[in-house]
Amino acid sequence: MRHLRVLLTLALLLGPALAGAQPQPSPDEFVPISEIPPEEQIPAINLVAAAYGFVWVAVLGYVWSLGGRLKKAEDEIARLERKGR
Amino acid sequence: MTTAVKMQLAAATLMFAVAPWVINAAPHEATMGLVYKIYFFHMPSAWMFMLGAIVAGVASARFLFTKNPKFDATAVAAAELAVLFGLLTLVSGPLWARKAWGLWWVWDARLTSSLMLFLIFLAYLLLRQFGGPGSEKLSAGLALFGLANVPFIYVSVNVWRTLHPKTSVVPTLPVEMGRPLWFCVTAFLLLFLALLSLRSSLERQRARIDALYLAEDEA
Repeated sequence: MRHLRVLLTLALLLGPALAGAQPQPSPDEFVPISEIPPEEQIPAINLVAAAYGFVWVAVLGYVWSLGGRLKKAEDEIARLERKGR
Repeated sequence: MTTAVKMQLAAATLMFAVAPWVINAAPHEATMGLVYKIYFFHMPSAWMFMLGAIVAGVASARFLFTKNPKFDATAVAAAELAVLFGLLTLVSGPLWARKAWGLWWVWDARLTSSLMLFLIFLAYLLLRQFGGPGSEKLSAGLALFGLANVPFIYVSVNVWRTLHPKTSVVPTLPVEMGRPLWFCVTAFLLLFLALLSLRSSLERQRARIDALYLAEDEA
């Protein structure tokens, strides 16, 4: 009986507080930029620099890798042709 | 390397070098501010990603019907470029979205189907690398699935609810924003064409190496 009274008191005290609480947006929903806490905001310049930097590095890396593979293939063809003569 | 490829590479390099100044001259977008400038590299990357998938799909279909290895070489080259430009799209997009939407990623139709296309061509390259003899036909079939995915990606923003901008954004851009965009699209297209040509020639050289080894074995 005593436990029931404690539970009832807790329900009466916490009920309105829980009912008034705003539901938090799930992490896959749109969050307006103005509602993002300041500690989670990333300066735009960092994101722009990261995007452009990544594109440059990836493209240069690919061109370098392709150049290396072409050179290797040309060398192998030359070696095989020399051997075949 | 042919003269045309050299010219394409030189023009693309020059345009990429000038691009930061051209993009910097564009005005800031009213609601997103500076971060929208990722668009000038993100959208051309996405277009080259889809172009790579289209070229790989069409070349694969022609290879399946004609058995001509020239089309297979083009398909491999385009598939590799689809993965490269897909990676650029899938990395630059979330960097923009984090500021514009407050999220790195959403599982909407556009982003999910783009990721699927990237994975299809990644699977294509893995199949070519480790699939052994006969993998060229299997991978050609995979490229056809990739090709079928492209129209779905393009219309997804107009058909389903999404945070991603619709396809109507590009024709309605003001001139000051449209000019840098088309400049970057041209730079990316020249780069794509030059890389496609170089990568196809690598595939032809590899076929020549195989033929030389076979001739050596027979001798």
